[in-house]
Amino acid sequence: MSAETIQTRRDWLLSDRPASRMQARLGRAYVAWRRFSANRLAFVGLLIIIGLLVVAAFADVLAPYSPTIGDLKGSRLLAPSAAHWFGTDDLGRDIYSRIIYGSRWTLYVVILVAVIAAPIGLLVGTVAGYAGGWTDAILMRITDIFLAFPKLILALAFVAALGPGIENAVLAIAITSWPPYARIARAETLTVRNSDYIKAVQLMGASPFRIVLRHIMPLCISSLIIRVTLDMAGIILTAAGLGFLGLGAQPPLPEWGAMIASGRRFVLDQWWVAGAPGFAILIVSLGFNLLGDGLRDALDPRSGDQ
Amino acid sequence: MNAALSIDGLEVVFDRFRALKGVSLEVKSGDSYGLVGESGSGKSTLLKAIAGLAPAASGTIAVNGKTLGTRRDKAFYREVQMVFQDPYGSLHPRQTVDRLLQEPLAIHGFADGEKRIQRALDEVGLGTGFRFRYAHQLSGGQRQRVAIARALILEPSILLLDEPTSALDASVQAEVLNLLEEIRRRRKLTFLMVSHDLAIVTHMCERLMVMQNGEAVENLTASQLIGHRVTKDYTRNLLRASEGFVRG
Repeated sequence: MSAETIQTRRDWLLSDRPASRMQARLGRAYVAWRRFSANRLAFVGLLIIIGLLVVAAFADVLAPYSPTIGDLKGSRLLAPSAAHWFGTDDLGRDIYSRIIYGSRWTLYVVILVAVIAAPIGLLVGTVAGYAGGWTDAILMRITDIFLAFPKLILALAFVAALGPGIENAVLAIAITSWPPYARIARAETLTVRNSDYIKAVQLMGASPFRIVLRHIMPLCISSLIIRVTLDMAGIILTAAGLGFLGLGAQPPLPEWGAMIASGRRFVLDQWWVAGAPGFAILIVSLGFNLLGDGLRDALDPRSGDQ
Repeated sequence: MNAALSIDGLEVVFDRFRALKGVSLEVKSGDSYGLVGESGSGKSTLLKAIAGLAPAASGTIAVNGKTLGTRRDKAFYREVQMVFQDPYGSLHPRQTVDRLLQEPLAIHGFADGEKRIQRALDEVGLGTGFRFRYAHQLSGGQRQRVAIARALILEPSILLLDEPTSALDASVQAEVLNLLEEIRRRRKLTFLMVSHDLAIVTHMCERLMVMQNGEAVENLTASQLIGHRVTKDYTRNLLRASEGFVRG
């Protein structure tokens, strides 16, 4: 591609007079992308998350050993070496392979929690904010009740009631993490509900349902995406915490939190057993945090009216 | 001619504050009616009460002979539309002009949306080049034109104008006012226009009402106002104030 075609493509994207719906949308996305990619650290965060996705997708190819079947006879608690990059654990399993397969469970937890919690929070927050009055009072008091409990304790209670296992851990984390999203969505809704552009839609005879869904929610989504991304690290840590306490993923599932838990018995002599999954959690959490910060700069509705 | 809009003893109360104290008003079909008064005189509240955005405590509002209930139905919104004062706040920041204009058509189930949007943009003097822009890519005057196009797209018979030009600078003001005047003549619309600018009201409206503290002070014709044939002191003060600084 010559420099000239790149130039015209950029002009097309940044045009003041887009000729189609598509061009207007792409132009907007391009402006956000430019703002995002100007932030180096955020870009590093994005690369880490892309790396996580790639590793999870190609775990079968990348992992040299089985994540669940170890060699009890010859390779228990081996130090990191060329054969076992991150060493082996007490059951003779290759830790490197387990971490690679564990990335799938990390992604599974993070994505499921985001998919369950964010829409609940968005719906509760926007409906409460727009309806006001009794609806608002009831919905927000319920939110307050959920917020009043420490997150991990509440998740523990849910897991204890539902039974241990990664699905229940996901459910428990989702149930405990929607209230902040509801708060954000409500605050955002309150700032726009009395604006003239919402009044103008009311004056067209739009139903409250339509106004919330098509006019208010799109305005709340960017701050919600930012918050969810920043929370991803917390979600991973909570899942790891539940795994560590034996209430999340059950053996032999290669979940990172559970791996740290099983490694804590020999953390002083064989540090790599707990250290390697700990490091993996650290890197991925950092990646999500950096990405979230970058998204905040790129998507902030208050900057430059974009 | 029959009355397009008749209001009788309208009261609006916000938390014990009586914003409107029994205002009555009649606007003939095809007429352009002005509401003038200082800030807080209740003129904007009157428009909002008609549009259903402010709750009426008592009194009746009738549009084309049909008395309105507390809830407005869809038919009402096809008869009455409003243009807001601030063009910077009345357009959704995340929607293109196209999307803004499509919304009322989608709500009322019009099938020929494409054609109507085209026509509405042409009518307010914005070409197709503006169709896929976002609000922040438009100037104040262009935004107000979009707001007018949005109000007109449902083909209402009554247009409520809440100081439609006060946020614009003088040359753009004249353009927008001429556009409104032209549209009114072409579509035989009824205008109810709020303004604190007496010059604009005398230019645009045949009849007007002076308001103060939520009450009607007097009803005048534009020629009476121009000729200073007014009866109330308050109106006289308003006229003197509007002449502004006079070199002595």
